[in-house]
Formats: sequence, structure tokens, C-alpha cells
Amino acid sequence: MAKTKKVVQFDAADIKEELLKKYPPKVARKRAKQIMINEAQESETPPEILANVRTIPGIITMRGCTYAGCKGVILGPTRDLVNITHGPIGCGFYSWLTRRNQTEPGPDGDNYMPYCFSTDMQDQDIIFGGEKKLAAAIQEAYDLFHPKGIAIFATCPVGLIGDDVHAVAKKMKAKFGDCNVFGFSCEGYKGVSQSAGHHIANNQVFTHLIGENETPSEGEYKINLLGEYNIGGDGFEIDRIFKKCGITNIATFSGNSSYDQFASAQHADLSAVMCHRSINYVADMLETKYGIPWIKVNFIGAEATAKSLRKIAEYFGDKKLIDKVEAVIAEELVEVKTVIEDVRSRTEGKTAMMFVGGSRAHHYNELFVEMGMKTLSAGYEFGHRDDYEGRDVIPTLKVDADSRNIEEIEVVQDEKLYNPRKTPEEYKALEDAGFKFKHYEGMNPDMDKGSLIIDDLNQYEADKLVEILKPDLFCAGIKEKFSIQKLGIPMKQLHSYDSGGPYAGFKGAVNFYKEIDRLVNSKVWSYMKAPWQENPELTGTFVWE
Amino acid sequence: MLLRHTKKEVADRKALVINPAKTCQPIGAMYAALGIHGCLPHSHGSQGCCAYHRSTLTRHYKEPISAATSSFTEGASVFGGQANLVQAIDNIFTVYEPEVIAVHTTCLSETIGDDLNQIRTKAQKEGKIPEGKTVIGAPTPSYVGSHVTGFSNMVKAMAQLAEPSGKKSGKVNVIPGWVEPSDMAEIKRLAGLIGVDITLFPDTSGVLDAPLTGEYKMFPDGGVTVSELKKSGDAIGTLALGEWCSADAARWLDSKCKVPCTVLDMPFGLAATDRFIDVLRTVAGVSVPDAVATERGQLVDMISDMHQYFYGKRVAIWGDPDQLISMCEFLVSLDMQPVYVVTGTPGKKFEKRIQEICEGQPFEVKVKAKGDMFLMHQWIKNEPVDLLIGNTYGKYIARDEDIPFLRWGFPILDRQGHQYFPTVGYKGGLRLLEKILTLFLDRKDRDDPERVFELVL
Repeated sequence: MAKTKKVVQFDAADIKEELLKKYPPKVARKRAKQIMINEAQESETPPEILANVRTIPGIITMRGCTYAGCKGVILGPTRDLVNITHGPIGCGFYSWLTRRNQTEPGPDGDNYMPYCFSTDMQDQDIIFGGEKKLAAAIQEAYDLFHPKGIAIFATCPVGLIGDDVHAVAKKMKAKFGDCNVFGFSCEGYKGVSQSAGHHIANNQVFTHLIGENETPSEGEYKINLLGEYNIGGDGFEIDRIFKKCGITNIATFSGNSSYDQFASAQHADLSAVMCHRSINYVADMLETKYGIPWIKVNFIGAEATAKSLRKIAEYFGDKKLIDKVEAVIAEELVEVKTVIEDVRSRTEGKTAMMFVGGSRAHHYNELFVEMGMKTLSAGYEFGHRDDYEGRDVIPTLKVDADSRNIEEIEVVQDEKLYNPRKTPEEYKALEDAGFKFKHYEGMNPDMDKGSLIIDDLNQYEADKLVEILKPDLFCAGIKEKFSIQKLGIPMKQLHSYDSGGPYAGFKGAVNFYKEIDRLVNSKVWSYMKAPWQENPELTGTFVWE
Repeated sequence: MLLRHTKKEVADRKALVINPAKTCQPIGAMYAALGIHGCLPHSHGSQGCCAYHRSTLTRHYKEPISAATSSFTEGASVFGGQANLVQAIDNIFTVYEPEVIAVHTTCLSETIGDDLNQIRTKAQKEGKIPEGKTVIGAPTPSYVGSHVTGFSNMVKAMAQLAEPSGKKSGKVNVIPGWVEPSDMAEIKRLAGLIGVDITLFPDTSGVLDAPLTGEYKMFPDGGVTVSELKKSGDAIGTLALGEWCSADAARWLDSKCKVPCTVLDMPFGLAATDRFIDVLRTVAGVSVPDAVATERGQLVDMISDMHQYFYGKRVAIWGDPDQLISMCEFLVSLDMQPVYVVTGTPGKKFEKRIQEICEGQPFEVKVKAKGDMFLMHQWIKNEPVDLLIGNTYGKYIARDEDIPFLRWGFPILDRQGHQYFPTVGYKGGLRLLEKILTLFLDRKDRDDPERVFELVL
């Protein structure tokens, strides 16, 4: 049965040393900068972490590539776009239905989510170029489906052989007239991780989609929800709460999204950013071009959800909304409180580790706090320093050689459509009251002093950390899940939710409490040794009944 | 409808593949490499491929799949990945301590033309490969063939470790092809029953079906050892199961090491298993014990007992060529009708083999190599079938068209059992029939009106 364990006491410096010991010297020097002991240094300046740098070859990283960040993450969930992968078959195949972005087809019924479209490049395409095949594939997709938009995603060889996906897209768009065709130069080798793909996707979505629909959107308290991908229905739950509060969500980027949502995003009056890493570029561009301010929100955790709703209500400053939000919170918290009281009796004092992409390792800390659990160590696969240390460090960030070629696009105020959502006085009044625009404080402040913050964790370090610290729960992805469980440690996937969810919002919090309770208190962890292994020495003879 | 945009009318497509019935080479090489004892697969390309291949294999097995990558950056992609691979080899041997690193390539490193042998030599010269450790490599360009081709290429690289001593060992090499760990164990069990000493490679049994004990072994006890592979050159012969998966390696051993080979079908179903066992006992010069004949007789018994439910049933089946060939033969032998047969893997020979198997049968077969599941679904919409057999991606068609669905092949992402229960051999045949019957009879129980709903079937 489940053992009651105390929070493990350890010296972070010793553990860091242990993790680095086995590495060749060059590797150890680099990893030393990516493993940070939170606020352990005695100096005035907070410690820096090395992040968003190239992966060490052969280290068994958790990271994926730019194509995954662009097609897999940002554009993949848009139901009425035909997403064509221009490359050999693998990239399209592996990103086919493997992220759990749930989708409601909507009244028009367009939904290409269950399909995988590829140009399936062959050796002759590599030798003679694949542009003709790409154009033919776009034509065939158009003839078969007549979608609103066709997006083209470049894979590794495309950049090397010099296929120009943008030129082909432009030509086909002009030819069709009624179908928006655009390309993404998201070759897998660009940048150092999925992160570059987010940036490339943000740029092109902003250039080719946002602002296309000029008809004003109806509704009160209009917002965009940025960086929410509806994994396991998270976005559905958040939308349920918005609807109950009377908040109108114009566009979610990009869980359960549609072409028209993106095209109408400029009509919102506020952008609420969930995943800072993947979508902060669009948030900034929406502000620059259209005057829509953005705030950071977090709908992971019941308290965090309540706080984020209050933040939105305070921004609009309308008593009707403020009262409604309070009423909704009060109503929703009834169930949350009943469940948490029960669950907490079994989760209090347990320990967790979290190594997830670029935002959840921070967001989920809220849920563990609610359950009385402690996060011993956390980190991102591909977060940047601002995701760890907060946006204040952005001016000091240096773009290194590996990321220099990720395009930065120039966005300027739109002469006609720029519209400041509040007067300077109103902004000032909000800020004076402690309201923070365009602000994200990062993961570090929410982590305990002395905890280990580790960027781009690899398999060796994961297994070592678990062996030394024996957490009650380890959270990461599918590639890590089963090696951790072989060690007898419960493992929760925070990318796919292990087919569970939603975990966002109030109902999501309840689901998560119950799931973690089930997992850390499961009987299975007591079955690892057979009776004859527990007492291998024979001490007597068998007594028959 | 999940696949609501799939229409009945079939339009000719030349450029756009929709819902592929294949994936790319490196994942096959990764799977094959996991069948070597103490081996860490290594992907020489940008890291996204490696992450995708590991994730897919992990989802299929619910087991840890370790593999390293050269993690190409834009610079390496332009100037070559030699430094990345040499550094990776050093880091891997220092940190993870495998016996073997099995390197495969991706479309990236193949397009820029990295030479694996030259890089390995450089690593060797720089002392990055410790004494007694092995690095093998197979080029696996994703824009040629499919995952099956990649599997075959890595198996060939394994065979290339052979160092014939000139003295025959009396053993028989068996190359099982891309089958499950349970199938590999079943082939070993059958060889053991017959009393033939075999070297099976690759062998993922004992690797991808590891127990939970509280200890994590990155390199489990299973897998063919490098020493066994070296001795494969002394075998009296090689049985290659599957033309697409296994023949290249066997033919290499034949021409370079004078180990004669024969290429058989994968032993799915009655006839293919018969041929496998008959050839195995002949090359080894042993007689088959009655226990094997009993297993065979049990399979024949089940076919006769339940023939009424199999008879005349129309089947759409997709997957990889070697598996499909044996499976179609099995279906025909049950008087079932594999009417639509699709593989994403190229090869005209495949279409010919399937046509031969179905020749003279009371149905017309539509078969396509380099086909996709979108086309197959359109065929189904035009004339329906009674059963789908293929990988997990078929569940969308199964639900839309309300067709019983047997998960078989790769990948299976939403059910369990494939690494524990074999589908090759007579025992495997029994399991396949049990599963097919359960699907048909569950469906009958669901659909029969109350007045004809029956207890005994």
C-alpha cells in the first residue's frame, strides 16, 4: 500500500554535482549552466539559467524540432485548414492525430483533423526539386476539398534542396482566388527546438490570417485566448467558464480553432495569454498593430483560474462583469472544495518533479500547491530565459548563432485599424492598482528556494534525479513515462494527460486532483517484489494445513 | 462522421498522399536496432525525427524506447554533421555505456551526403569508440521506400558484422522480419521444439516486453549479441522471413560469407507456418516432434469448427508487404475474401503476389502498392466490407462505416497485447482466429433482433 513519506531533505548542490560527475568535461561545463539552484546564490542579482541553446549531441534529449513546433503545435489544431506537409512521409505521419487537440467541427462541419496530407517526397523530388509536386498536391487538395485555406509546412530536405514553398503558395493562392494558401519555412534543423517553430508559425499566422475578416465580432467583453491548445478538452472547459461569466472569446490560438477565428482576432479588446512561450509573439504583434493589450493568465488550478477571471474582469472594469465573475467563482468552488478536502488528506506532503515543454512545468505547480504537494525540481524542454526568469530579462537576451536565422517580422501600427482599447489615464489607473500588462514573471519565483531548475533535461539526469530524490510523482512526456515507471515511480504525462483531461479550469482541477490521488496512491507500486524475492532466505519448512 | 471529407468518387491523385499506409525509414532501423543486445539506436539527423520515432514506438509498446540523436543545427545541416556524430558517439559511450551504437540516417543527413563509414573511422581514430565496443551504421533515407526499407537496411548492417571463421557452426540464421517481440519469442519456441539451434536477428523479445521490478535497465537482457552476429557467418544457412524485411541481409550473407539462404513468407497462418517449419527441419536435418503437429491440428480444428463464420467475408486489409502477403494467403485459406489490399510501401512484386494468392477465387481483389488509406476508404464506400485488418489508424474508418476492426500491424497505439501474445505460428493463427471470431460474434450479438438472439453460437 501507499507509504506515507516526508518531503525529502537534500542538498541541491550535492545533487547537481552528482548529475554532472559522469559527463565529459565540455558537456559538464555546459550542463552546469543549465542546472540552476533556485536563488541559491548569495549575491544581489538573481541567478541566470542557460536556455534556448543547442542540444548536446548524443545526450538523449526530450526535445523535438521546428516542424513539430510549427505544424504539430500551432497550426495542427485548426480544423478547417488543409495542412500539407512538404517532405518525405514521416513528419506528416508522426504529427497525425498524436497531439490531443480536441475539436468540435462546428456548424459548417469542416474538419480536417483526422487527415494527414503529405507530398511524400521521393528521391527524384530531392534530386530535381519538389516544387512541381507541391503545386500539384495543392491543386489536388483544392479540387478534392475546396477548403478556406491550405497551409504548407517545409521539412528538413526542403530547405536544403531550395524548394520555395512561399512562391508556390503565392502562385496557387492567386490561381484559386477563393482559397488562402500560405507556407511555413519550418525545416526541422532551424533553431534548436520546437520553439523556433512557434515563432515561425506566429509570424505567418499574423501575416496571412489575422485581420482577414473585417466584419466586427458581436459580444460583450471580447477577448482572445492565446496559447491554449485544447489538449484533452482544456479549451472547452475554459470556454464553458467564459460563457458562464459572459466573456466572449473571439479566437483561441489554436485549440478547437477555425480559420475565421484567426481572421477575426483583431476585433478583441484583450489578449489573455496562457502559454507564453508559444504565442507571446502574436500577443505583442496584436498590440503593436491593433492596440490590443495582453495579460498573462493561467487556467491551470482552481485558484489560478479564479485569479485569471478576476484579472479579466478588472481589466474591463465593468461592475456587471465583476459581480458575475465572483458569482461564477463562488458557485464553481463548491465542488472544488469538497474534492480537494478529501484528496488533500492523501496527497499532502508528497513530492513531484515536472519537465514539460515550455509552459506547463510552471502552470501545474498551482495544482500541486492546492494538493499540498511540493515540486522538488522542474524545467522546460525549450523555454527561453524569460520563461524561467520573467520578461524583465528580455532586453539582456542574446540571440546566438543557432537561432539567428529565425525571422523577426516588422509590425507597425495599422493606420486605419489601430485603436487603443483604453485611454492612457485608464491604463495608468489599472497599473497603479497593481495590474500588470505584458508581464510574465516566469517559473522561478514560484519555485521553492533551493529547488533544482533544469533546462533541456536528458534521460540520464531524469533517471538519476528520480533515483536520488525518489519523488512521489514525476511529470513529463511519453518518452520518459515508462523508464520512470520501471523505477516504481508514478508518472503523469503533462503533454497528453495520459488520455485524461481536461485539467484546466474548475472542472479540470477536480479531474486532476482525482487523477493524481489515483496515481500516487495506486496499489500497483506495492507489487514490485514477489513474495519469494522479499524474503529469499528459507527460514523454516512449509507447514501444510 | 470523422472522415466526413472522404467522398465516394475516386479521383486520380499523383502528388498528394492522404492518410498514408506507411511511414519513413528510420523508425524501422530504430526498431531493428533495439533487437541487438546492449544497443543504443542513434539517429543522425535533426532531433525531431528521433523524438517522433521514439514516441511512436513508445506508444505502440508502452515501454521505454531509448535512442540518441546528432541534433543537427542549421550550421551542421549546411556544412555536414561529422562533428555532431563524433561528439555524440563520445557522449553516448561515456554517459550511457552501451555495447553497440547502431546509427541510422534521416532525409537531412542523406540529402547533404554525410558518409557514415568515414565518420565512424574518424571516431575510431580519435579514440571515441572504447575497446570492445561496436558502432554500426545503415543509411536510411526517408525519401526512399518506407519504414520497412529502413528495417531491412539496419538488419543488413547487422549481418555485415559477420566474420566467417571458415568452420560451420551447425546453427541456422533466422531473420524474422518486422514482427512483434512475442512473435520473435514464438519463432524461437518453435525452433526449440523442433530442436534446431538458431540465431535470431533482430530479436526484440526480452527488450520491449520488460517487467516492472523497481529497477530500470536501459539495456535489458534480450537481444541478439554482437558475438552471435559475428558468428552468423558460420551458419549452415539463413532463413529470411519476408522479401521486403529480411532478404537483403540474407542475400548479403549468402554472397559475402557463403551462407546459403532461402527467402520464405512470414509465418502468419497455416500454410506459411507449414512452409517455415518444413524448410527449417529440412535444412537442419531433424524431424518435427508430434507436439508441433498437435498445435497445427488444433488450428485446423478451429478452422473447421468455425468455418461458417469466416466463409465469404469481405476484408479490407492494409499494412506492410511481407505481413500482408501471408495474411492474405491465410484469409483465402479460410474462404474469406481480402478484396482491398493496400500498402504504402512501394513494390510491384507485391501487387503480383497478392493477385496470385487470390487467383481463381470467387472475388476480385483491388490491390495497391504505394497506396494510401484515403483510397482504400473510398473503395469501401463504393462497395463495403465485413472486416478491417490493419493498424490503429483504421479506427476512424471502422467507426464511420461501422465495420468490425482487427488491430494488427504497426503501429497499434490504442490497444495492448501485441508484445505479449504472438500472431505467428499455429498458436498465433489460433489467436488471430479467436480475435476475428470475437469481432464477428460480438457484432452478431449486438445486431441480431431479440427473437433470433442466441445463447449458443
